[in-house]
Amino acid sequence: MIRARGVEKRYGRRRALRPLDLDVDRGGFLVVTGANGSGKTTLLRLLAGLASPTRGRLDVDLDRGRLGYLGHEPLLYRDLTALENLDLFGRLYRVPQRRERIGMLLERYGLWDGRGERVASYSRGMTQRLALCRALLHEPELLVLDEPFTALDAEGAELLDRQLAELAGTATVVLTTHDPGRVEPLASGRLVLPGAGAG
Amino acid sequence: MSYFADVAALARKDLRLELRARDTLPAMLLFVLSTLVVFHFALPTGADEVAAQGLLWVALVFTALLGLARAWAPEREGGALEGLVLAPSDRSAIWLGKTAAVFVFLVLIELVALPAFAVFFSPIQAEGVVGVLLANIGICAVGTLLAAMAAASRTRELILPLLFLPLAIPLVVGGVGASVSTDPGRYLLFLGLYDAVFAILCWASFEYVVSE
Amino acid sequence: MLSFWVAPEDADQGISQRIFYFHVPIALTAYACFGWGAWKALRLLWTREERYDLESYVAVHQGTIFGALTLATGSIWAKASWGHWWVWDSNQLVLFLVLFLFYSAYFMLRFSIEEGPRRANVSAVYALFGVALIPVSFFAIRLAEDFIHPTTFTREGPQMTGTMFFAFCVSWLAISLVAYTLYRVELLGKRLDGNLRELREALSGVGLTEPPGAQVPALPGPERGS
Repeated sequence: MIRARGVEKRYGRRRALRPLDLDVDRGGFLVVTGANGSGKTTLLRLLAGLASPTRGRLDVDLDRGRLGYLGHEPLLYRDLTALENLDLFGRLYRVPQRRERIGMLLERYGLWDGRGERVASYSRGMTQRLALCRALLHEPELLVLDEPFTALDAEGAELLDRQLAELAGTATVVLTTHDPGRVEPLASGRLVLPGAGAG
Repeated sequence: MSYFADVAALARKDLRLELRARDTLPAMLLFVLSTLVVFHFALPTGADEVAAQGLLWVALVFTALLGLARAWAPEREGGALEGLVLAPSDRSAIWLGKTAAVFVFLVLIELVALPAFAVFFSPIQAEGVVGVLLANIGICAVGTLLAAMAAASRTRELILPLLFLPLAIPLVVGGVGASVSTDPGRYLLFLGLYDAVFAILCWASFEYVVSE
Repeated sequence: MLSFWVAPEDADQGISQRIFYFHVPIALTAYACFGWGAWKALRLLWTREERYDLESYVAVHQGTIFGALTLATGSIWAKASWGHWWVWDSNQLVLFLVLFLFYSAYFMLRFSIEEGPRRANVSAVYALFGVALIPVSFFAIRLAEDFIHPTTFTREGPQMTGTMFFAFCVSWLAISLVAYTLYRVELLGKRLDGNLRELREALSGVGLTEPPGAQVPALPGPERGS
């Protein structure tokens, strides 16, 4: 499903990602690790389609609407409620039976009670959970998750563990983490990015 | 068509945000009224009514700038813009939705500003009002795109007026002409032309402004 | 320079006439540069190839320089012809003033965004807007005559005889060549800068550090064996 050959990303003089080759099959589970500055976030942004490679060839065999992304920022509107946020993205992603799906996700991630509160009033952990809901809303075939465990408390992390276990095998997952041991049992592939880029 | 459904959903979102925060509209309102009062003191006696019409346009352009400066603020705060860019909807819908919302805000402001102007200075003809509406389209279309560009810049609040004012000059010409000229039709046509040319340009190029 | 030799035939007009031979070709060259910049910008957006960004930028840069010269020569012309340093009557001049403001903002925009594809894209879109602005502004300024000043003279004042036209064309050609040369020179210079930087980075990446301020030779010298 994902195929990268000599993919490199530069921002002017600054090299964010060294040239790399990559293959991920449908249903695969790739765990990406590496030191800070090695380009993990850049790689995931390239996979998600938020940026294009400076050089090399990247093929992701998927429509934009079938892809779910979780980044460092929650990608949400702080002044809208959880419900309003998910409703907006649900419409944009053409999620069938939107209301039911939103309700199910919010309940599953323990956000149902806070659904009418503005995201600005959430704790970081709750925001991260909501961001996860946003990424999962449209039942994506490819999930690109950038350090999803950060900011999650023990309960949230457990919920994520369960979700990932469910997804492994049905969806394709690429995630970065500083704690690879946690997802080791699920991983079908591992990628370690070499040290911090030059410049 | 789902394209317009997307645009509507996005515009609704902006209206809802403003209704909740209520920070931009009141500020724009106060700004335009204060500006009109300043103009009263800036116009020496004997200055004609025609000159005053021109000042209306100055007030509108700068009030619009005030509002445009914050147009993309909600998207910036939580990184929501990337969320929108990731969605399968057309990227131009993001621009169009935002433009529609800004248009509504501007019209709301003008509902107060135009009567205030008529009371403070001189009445406005029907052609003048049509001119204002047509120019609004241009202001919102171009301004929203430029605001997105400015958002990518380090000096975003500083740079937006610099980017916007040269492009606003034709709009001011069209608007003032429609108000004061003996042949307003020409000016209204010109405003329509500006709107058509630049709206299409904005619509086609927004995708590139938000991509890397 | 030819224009200075040929134009004395019309010496009764004095400076005003001679400046004309510079002013108009410079203006036309500026338009050409902006158009060229917009074309390169379009190519950038179409093909996503980095090199077009630099080409577009340099073209806009040249255009702005020539635009500034247009304003300067136009101002001299105005002073010589009508005794004022600036006249709003000349549509050409007013148009250039608007364009100058627009393209000055181009540089402010460009230098306030970090290097990378975002900056290239934004600059390209802005350059395209510039080229759309040229005709639109032109019409706007024409329309504005109605309520600003009635024009009291025709824009391209002097009529030209055969030899004068020849001198004009030569001048235009010369100035265009100057613009093109400057464009190539600046482009080459910037490319060279870029290459030097890359080379420096590559060398330091291999572990060969260099003292700050050292000049990196275009070819690795024998003392840098690797």
